[in-house]
Amino acid sequence: MTSSRFDVAVVGAGPGGLAAVTAAVAAGARVAVVDGAGQPGGQYWRHPAGDLDAVADLHHGLRTFRAQVRATDAATTFFGHQVWTIEKVAAGFVVRAVAGGTEVEIAAATLVLAPGAYDRQLPFPGWDLPGVYTAGGAQALLKGNQVLAGRRVVVGGTGPFLLPVASGLAARGAKVAGVFEANSPLGWVRRLPAVLPVAGKLTEGAGYTAALARYRVPYRSRHAIVAAHGTDRVTAVTVARLDRDWRVVAGSRRRVDCDAVAVGWGFTPQLELPLAVGCATRVDVDGSVVVEVDAAQRSSVPGVYVAGEACGVGGAALATVEGAVAGRAAAGEATGRAAGDGGVPRRLAGQRSRLRAFAAAMHHTHPVRDGWREWLTDETLVCRCEEVSAGRLREATDELGATDARSAKLLSRAGMGWCQGRVCGYATACLVAAQCGRPANPGSAAERPVAVPITLGLLSQEPGT
Amino acid sequence: MTEQREDFTFDDRRVGFTAGQTVGAALVGAGIRSWRTTRVEGRPRGVFCGIGVCFDCLITIDGVPNQRACLVPAQPGMAVRTQEGGGRDQLAV
Amino acid sequence: MTAPDVLVIGAGVVGAACAWYATRAGLRVTVVDRGPVAGGTTGAGEGNILVSDKPPGAELRLAQLSSGLWRDLGEQVGGFEYEPKGGVVVASAAETLDQLGTLADDQRGAGVEVTMIGPDGLSDYEPHLNPALAGGAYYPQDAQVQPALAAARLLRAARAAGARLRSGVEVRGLLRDGDRVTGVRTGDGDLAAGAVINAAGTWGGEIARLAGIDLPVLPRRGFILVTEPLPRIVRHKVYAAEYVSDVASGDADLQTSPVVEGTPAGPVLIGSSRERVGYDRTLSVPALRAVAAKAIGLFPVLAGVSVMRAYRGFRPYCPDHLPVIGPDPRAPGLLHACGHEGAGIGLSAATGLLLSQVLTGRDTELDLTPFRPERFA
Repeated sequence: MTSSRFDVAVVGAGPGGLAAVTAAVAAGARVAVVDGAGQPGGQYWRHPAGDLDAVADLHHGLRTFRAQVRATDAATTFFGHQVWTIEKVAAGFVVRAVAGGTEVEIAAATLVLAPGAYDRQLPFPGWDLPGVYTAGGAQALLKGNQVLAGRRVVVGGTGPFLLPVASGLAARGAKVAGVFEANSPLGWVRRLPAVLPVAGKLTEGAGYTAALARYRVPYRSRHAIVAAHGTDRVTAVTVARLDRDWRVVAGSRRRVDCDAVAVGWGFTPQLELPLAVGCATRVDVDGSVVVEVDAAQRSSVPGVYVAGEACGVGGAALATVEGAVAGRAAAGEATGRAAGDGGVPRRLAGQRSRLRAFAAAMHHTHPVRDGWREWLTDETLVCRCEEVSAGRLREATDELGATDARSAKLLSRAGMGWCQGRVCGYATACLVAAQCGRPANPGSAAERPVAVPITLGLLSQEPGT
Repeated sequence: MTEQREDFTFDDRRVGFTAGQTVGAALVGAGIRSWRTTRVEGRPRGVFCGIGVCFDCLITIDGVPNQRACLVPAQPGMAVRTQEGGGRDQLAV
Repeated sequence: MTAPDVLVIGAGVVGAACAWYATRAGLRVTVVDRGPVAGGTTGAGEGNILVSDKPPGAELRLAQLSSGLWRDLGEQVGGFEYEPKGGVVVASAAETLDQLGTLADDQRGAGVEVTMIGPDGLSDYEPHLNPALAGGAYYPQDAQVQPALAAARLLRAARAAGARLRSGVEVRGLLRDGDRVTGVRTGDGDLAAGAVINAAGTWGGEIARLAGIDLPVLPRRGFILVTEPLPRIVRHKVYAAEYVSDVASGDADLQTSPVVEGTPAGPVLIGSSRERVGYDRTLSVPALRAVAAKAIGLFPVLAGVSVMRAYRGFRPYCPDHLPVIGPDPRAPGLLHACGHEGAGIGLSAATGLLLSQVLTGRDTELDLTPFRPERFA
């Protein structure tokens, strides 16, 4: 099984991956596309199985999406395939995926990894109550299933993503009791040179803002959801006004009744697969560990290209451009028909640089500030899976000598459970760093050599036996 | 929001769903917020991330525990059950 | 601040045990590590405290001493999930069972407690074991700890008794006065000390090199699979009889033998593989497959259980598979406590105790000759 069946294997069928497929197919490559979901779209273009029209009003860029999906006709698709690891072999790479109780191997000369991202989370008292969702979770229920997270929803966190989540819920009939943005959107005004050239984003943002006004959704900046209340499900939250460092302003706490909460604090790129093949990383403006790529979206590992959020959170438009660059370059390298290096079309390079500048402005406007740590009590869970509280995490550093996220994990079990620290990794790294008086190093716990759970039975057999 | 065409059982009740919905979404749509208790403190859990990342929504479907309700497409006739702890207590020795 | 009597390089379990016993013997101790507590091999191990896998000889004597010390540490220090749960070694064929019986007889002669188990008796010990197995042996003295917690708790106890811990401090050179080692040069300044203990695990050879000494400590990679959290389905540490010969093998190629055990936190840990591939951190699919298949061979119930995580570690091994413990005559003031291969957690307690006896000029409880650092020269 070492001979390469494909020139390019694209992992991820969201905006970045689909653009890579389109470009690689256009360049004449034999392309495979692999995604854990049953259909293309990723998180951004998530829709009910086979029924995009039902949620078309909640989406942007559907013309692009439909064109890219048509391009996948010329590729071999592996939907519903969850990649558990990627092996480097002499002739390239073997992508190993789990699908319906079997393991499938997909061999390719080059890779484009476009794994996307998930909501970054910060713990707060009560955040593990049923009815508290990530912003993306509320969005997935709505866009993928046409289910409302609740009837009366509070949305909070930071970043422009809160706007489509809130307006989508309102458009489908939920009462959105408020959008609580911890930062001040004035940051955007201060960064107009980066913002103005990206007109599409402005129109999109203005559309959401108008929708929120239309549905009479209160929008409060410098406010946050600092606690959730309830016994077996959320029934209310405490919101509070924040100072510059996100400390709660005295006397500003108030209770808001709700039956659902949607929170997000930016995004965390999915780095399991790039790390499994050994890609070098860096820390981005937003504090996320991301893959280092060159102008052709090539990582430090020959033959591995990375596009989208995994090389810096920047949204669907940026992912689409990066995917196009990566797909073209990977196809060129694999087929030998074009130089893999250089040769990035000027139009794409220009768009990418404008969108990256916009993304940097976004990160500067919507950072996570240190004050959130004061919202926690000793009893607040940090690791939901292993039920590790902030107090126990403190014991790992103060009593047991943990000085980074990895040693804190070994000594407290934070990040040792089913999700392997995907949810609590960022917060744990921040808390440990603050307790030790050192800079946070979120990378030390990001490595997950088994990217999705696989049964021992499946793991024990050679595929096809 | 859309008409319900099929159903599965959740513990002793019927839950309707529209084709293409996940088990987790169908449960949330039916007003059910939690279907698992944690191993240590028995806390209730349901959907959190909704995209297969957090593993909070683990559930037992047709006797197989620890499936992510947010990923598994609902199928008519499924026997979906609340999961206590790790869902494999019957293996304990 | 006055110089400590002992400076320990390495905050893994061996360094922690050295710090604890030296502190308890009345010495002033400082521990330095370039990383955090348990950042190296200690944090990548299963936490075995075994007598069952060692034939009679110097290493078994060390293990037997350690076995009793860990029981005491579990009471005196605690907080690291010490479980005196015993080991069950199983044989798949009658021939292997005979060999296991011979080993058990020899071990019994050396003071190890062991009971042979017939094929019908295995399910009394482990109800989920494959009924096709030929039989096995039960070793009640085998135990397990959570290794990172063990190192951290021993260091905590040592610190409470006056020892100092400086993590994130890398040793870059040794201070010398003639041949004599008088301290270490670190990224954070020079630290003088009465004696220096090299407890740097896999990197022990590099510390020795700073003293101009050749100490052949090399990495031997191993993978461990970690399952989803489970109720207690495996009561003991269970492994196949081939494990003993794999450990003793000098072969560089991949060797796998099944080792399965539960943990108080829920996940079952599954080993073991051995490869000499330097510090290559890449996941080896063939190694994982072999380990998984052999584990299912012992416990068929595991076939339907998910693996959440796999991690790799590098066992510090010496060519004769014995650790290096004792003062180095080529560099007076330097003592070694490294090269424990896959047995470092278990052997650390005896190592720490014996070095504290050396440092205080007492007779050592065991003869250190088999472990002397200059034996490779």
